[in-house]
Amino acid sequence: MNAPLGYLGDQPAQRLIPAEPLVRLEKISKTFPGRDGQPVTALREIDLAVPQGSILGVIGRSGAGKSTLIRLVNGLEKPTTGKVIVDGADIAALPESALRHARRSIGMIFQHFNLLSSRTAADNIALPLEVAGYDKATIKARVEELLALVGLSDKRNRYPSELSGGQKQRVGIARALATKPKVLLSDEATSALDPETTRSILDLLARINDELGLTILLITHEMAVIRNIAREVAVIEGGRIVEQGDVFEVFTRPQHEVTRSFLGDEAGRVLPPYVQNRLQAEPTPNSQTVIRIGFRGPHATDPVLARLARDEGIEANILSGAVDEIAGRPFGTLVVSVPEAASLKTLDFLNKHGLDTEVLGHVA
Amino acid sequence: MSPEMIRLIANSTGETLYMVGVSALIATIFGLPLGVFLATSGKGELFAAPWVNRILGVIVNATRSTPFIILVVAIIPLTRLIAGTSIGTNAAIVPLTIAAAPFIARLIEGAIREVDQGLVEAARAFGASPLQIVLKVLIPEALPGVVLGLTLAIVSLLGFSAMVGAVGGGGLGDLGIRYGYQRFMPEMMLAVVVVLIVLVQAVQSIGDRLARRLNKRIRHV
Repeated sequence: MNAPLGYLGDQPAQRLIPAEPLVRLEKISKTFPGRDGQPVTALREIDLAVPQGSILGVIGRSGAGKSTLIRLVNGLEKPTTGKVIVDGADIAALPESALRHARRSIGMIFQHFNLLSSRTAADNIALPLEVAGYDKATIKARVEELLALVGLSDKRNRYPSELSGGQKQRVGIARALATKPKVLLSDEATSALDPETTRSILDLLARINDELGLTILLITHEMAVIRNIAREVAVIEGGRIVEQGDVFEVFTRPQHEVTRSFLGDEAGRVLPPYVQNRLQAEPTPNSQTVIRIGFRGPHATDPVLARLARDEGIEANILSGAVDEIAGRPFGTLVVSVPEAASLKTLDFLNKHGLDTEVLGHVA
Repeated sequence: MSPEMIRLIANSTGETLYMVGVSALIATIFGLPLGVFLATSGKGELFAAPWVNRILGVIVNATRSTPFIILVVAIIPLTRLIAGTSIGTNAAIVPLTIAAAPFIARLIEGAIREVDQGLVEAARAFGASPLQIVLKVLIPEALPGVVLGLTLAIVSLLGFSAMVGAVGGGGLGDLGIRYGYQRFMPEMMLAVVVVLIVLVQAVQSIGDRLARRLNKRIRHV
């Protein structure tokens, strides 16, 4: 089960997409016995596949069931019904000793790091290797390799209490990689960190994904995490996956209200209060139509409003807007208002230019 | 203070240290695994055995709620069976051990329960067995608390050991009662109390220092 040592660096990252996903959840439901005898359903009919070498992010509010979901993958929780297939093995059906063995190929990192306070950084990283029964020389060499990978070679003899949050998570990552897992589970790994440290940890995870070809399944409630490193996303709400797919597709054309709410705080999505307050559903004489325009990929930087004025003679008021990046691709949002009489023509023009449009309402 | 008195005090101090030392050692040998088991055998825990846990809990509570002086007398037949006699320093070790083991078990249970459950989850996640989790995670992480608990147990044993004088157990308590009280020698009583205070102080400060050194959660400058 354990891959030979020396897997850092000497194995080129997988670029081919194999037919079989590394992690597959099939029709998973999970029900907990409730306090008052009423069973609580945490997950319903979940289907999820994590392709080999991919980074899949599951985003949801607290209580949506994402913690339970990630714990199913390494068997810390058992599904009530359904199958959890990791690298071909049904995790939920494995006996305890085989499960322990299988867990060595599934690394996990945690929101609160979960490092032993009584062990130094190096000894924390060594722990999974000790547990797996490696000899001392092998452990020592492997720990050095991992310390270098996460950039903590100079902190090897520090105790967790002497490390910053970001450094602790780096030790956590090194520990999770110690037994050369095929998949890394990240349970809100950056939620206890400040934005700058979050960024550096996400960069490290992206680098590990890229260099080692390690598949990553992460759960988070932070849009920034998904936007920065995930390639695929699943939005979870009330124990169900309400939307999933390519990150750029899902977040530039959100279908579900929850998905939109995660985008809500993102720049350019919020209407200024003076517009929001006057927004009405039906047009009135001389009212203006408020349109949200989504610029995706190659169109994100097109001077489309200038063309609208030049070609159609329609002048649009800009109410709010921003250009941002999702999954490495530019994405812009612009909220404009045009005279009601010209609104159909405007929509037609924008759609013809390959832009997404959404009529938000009308203002007098 | 006469040389005779000093000799008596030195002998009695030796007896006390012997009784307390041996009983603390044996009580730890029994109390440590018992405490670890109590802390890990509840419903849904590593060695889940809720019924065994409950029964052991009742036995531990029963032993702890019996006043020590009554325990000493009540288990005389057992003491005779184990030590061959019910009188003397060796005989006193039996009730001291039986009183201390459940106390130590509870203190160790408490220390183990203080360990962050996240560490257990992490250890399970990287494939540790329940026994490995106990030996490599729970006990090392609980060690500062365990040391403080054992310190408290030894200090309590010093107090209990004074009572075994009632059944001819010897030691400082016995000396204080027989000479200080029954023979009206207040200076002997005072000397006994002073020696006990010094012993308790020494045990406590060694324990505190050791626990502090083992505790890596605090930054040491």
